[in-house]
Amino acid sequence: LAGTAIAEVAPGDITWVDDVMIPTSLTGMPGSVDAGVSVVSSRSAGNCVACHGISALPDAAFQGNVGPSLDGVGSRWTEAELRGILVDAKHMFPDTRMPSFYRVDGFTRPGDAYTGRAADPATFGPLLSAVQIEDTIAYLMTLTD
Amino acid sequence: AALWSGAALADPDLSADLMIDGELHIVTRAPADDIVPNLSERYSGWLFRDPATRDMQADDFENPAMLAVDQGAELWETAEGTAGQSCQDCHGDAEESMAGVRARMPHVNADGELWSMENYVNNCRTERMGAEEWRWSGGEMTSMTAFLSMQSRGMPVAVQIDGPAAPYWEQGRDMYYTRYGQLELSCSSCHEESTGMMIRADHLSQGQISGFPTYRLKNAGIVSIHNRFRGCIRDTRAETFAEGSEEFRALELYVASRGMGLDVEGVSVRP
Ligand code: HEC
Ligand code: HEC
Ligand code: HEC
Repeated sequence: LAGTAIAEVAPGDITWVDDVMIPTSLTGMPGSVDAGVSVVSSRSAGNCVACHGISALPDAAFQGNVGPSLDGVGSRWTEAELRGILVDAKHMFPDTRMPSFYRVDGFTRPGDAYTGRAADPATFGPLLSAVQIEDTIAYLMTLTD
Repeated sequence: AALWSGAALADPDLSADLMIDGELHIVTRAPADDIVPNLSERYSGWLFRDPATRDMQADDFENPAMLAVDQGAELWETAEGTAGQSCQDCHGDAEESMAGVRARMPHVNADGELWSMENYVNNCRTERMGAEEWRWSGGEMTSMTAFLSMQSRGMPVAVQIDGPAAPYWEQGRDMYYTRYGQLELSCSSCHEESTGMMIRADHLSQGQISGFPTYRLKNAGIVSIHNRFRGCIRDTRAETFAEGSEEFRALELYVASRGMGLDVEGVSVRP
């Protein structure tokens, strides 16, 4: 991340439009589609496929169906809406089971990753970095009908 | 996980029947009531497993948990502690004295405190036998709870939730609907709202405990109720509660009540 932190928007500084959209890139730059593929499919990153199916990624193992298939999301939503859904899906879908990927407060008993121990407030960060959010959005925008 | 390859997205066969050794029928589906307002029917986790795992549980020779049950039977007869007594010396034949005990656990003790089976066992060890207590999910304890659960196999779960149990039950219900951790998922998010769906490689069941303790093939060992709870809460990126804690005992009571009418499975087999 060294040297890239200049224009990054912190989780607490997000500006929402109509409560569901975030029009501008969190990094001030477009994301990388290839990097987005690994965020979406990797267990240690977004692990989106734990809950969502994506037909374009047949090699991503164990796709779940707790959420809807992401096929065609790039046609269903604008980039600003997808950014809102990724940052904090509870704006678009109140009560959703989808986690908030770029938020750091308001949790009940937040843990230190998957250790079962309490989180250390000094190092606690969002599930994805601003760069990873932008990479994911770049990839989702390619999933058109 | 390999068990699921290929059949990963197949819907669970909810009409399957659990018959142990071709002779003991286990109730794995029970009608819901207003205790669980959001469920149409209660289902054992057995129904959500693949055919190979189900078959293992239907045959006591194939069920790997039976080893632990045998160890529990031995411990039952073993004198330990300063009083030089065994469980059997006081309780006699477990088949008689312990029949139905698992089906009503956890329950409130004479002092008004909600106790799980593990608490009762450890209380007898420390207060009556003068022996050391066993670790909540240690080998001796899970062998003993496996043995004790077998004495209630085929009896319907029937926990008390009113009277002195009511405040614990309400505490457990509140926990069931609390979205823990950084992923903000409650027990209900996965086991009520998503029953039957796939989350990663797992087919989500209703998260019932009528089959506990359970033999997990993944762990190659017996897993206690509280150990399972801990794993599920940890998976929400949360700070968990301790095994044996007041919180988990209350949650255990509430989850048990969601399974009323399902039969105690003795010792189940899960992936
Ligand atoms: C624990 C489950 C879960 C995880 C993990 C998850 N989602 Fe979701 N997602 C959902 C659910 C459920 C919905 C449906 C929204 C609702 O509740 O109505 C959803 C909706 C969506 C939508 C809108 C879909 C549509 O068809 O309109 C998008 C886009 C999306 N998720 C992207 C992602 C991405 C990208 C990730 C990973 C970075 C992710 N999700 C991780 C559960 C999840
Ligand atoms: C010195 C006598 C004694 C010994 C030894 C003893 N118990 Fe007990 N146990 C009791 C008594 C008395 C009770 C309370 C009975 C009651 O309340 O109905 C009890 C209660 C229990 C209960 C709760 C039963 C219920 O219906 O709620 C369990 C389970 C139990 N014992 C298991 C064990 C096990 C396992 C051992 C050995 C590791 C053991 N006990 C050793 C005397 C003993
Ligand atoms: C992130 C999703 C998730 C959450 C949240 C969750 N669980 Fe689970 N749970 C699972 C999965 C996956 C399994 C294994 C497959 C199955 O039986 O559902 C499981 C299994 C279980 C089982 C074993 C069922 C059996 O028959 O073997 C119990 C009991 C259970 N969960 C209870 C709970 C309780 C109580 C909570 C809340 C404290 C909870 N779970 C929260 C995902 C979750």
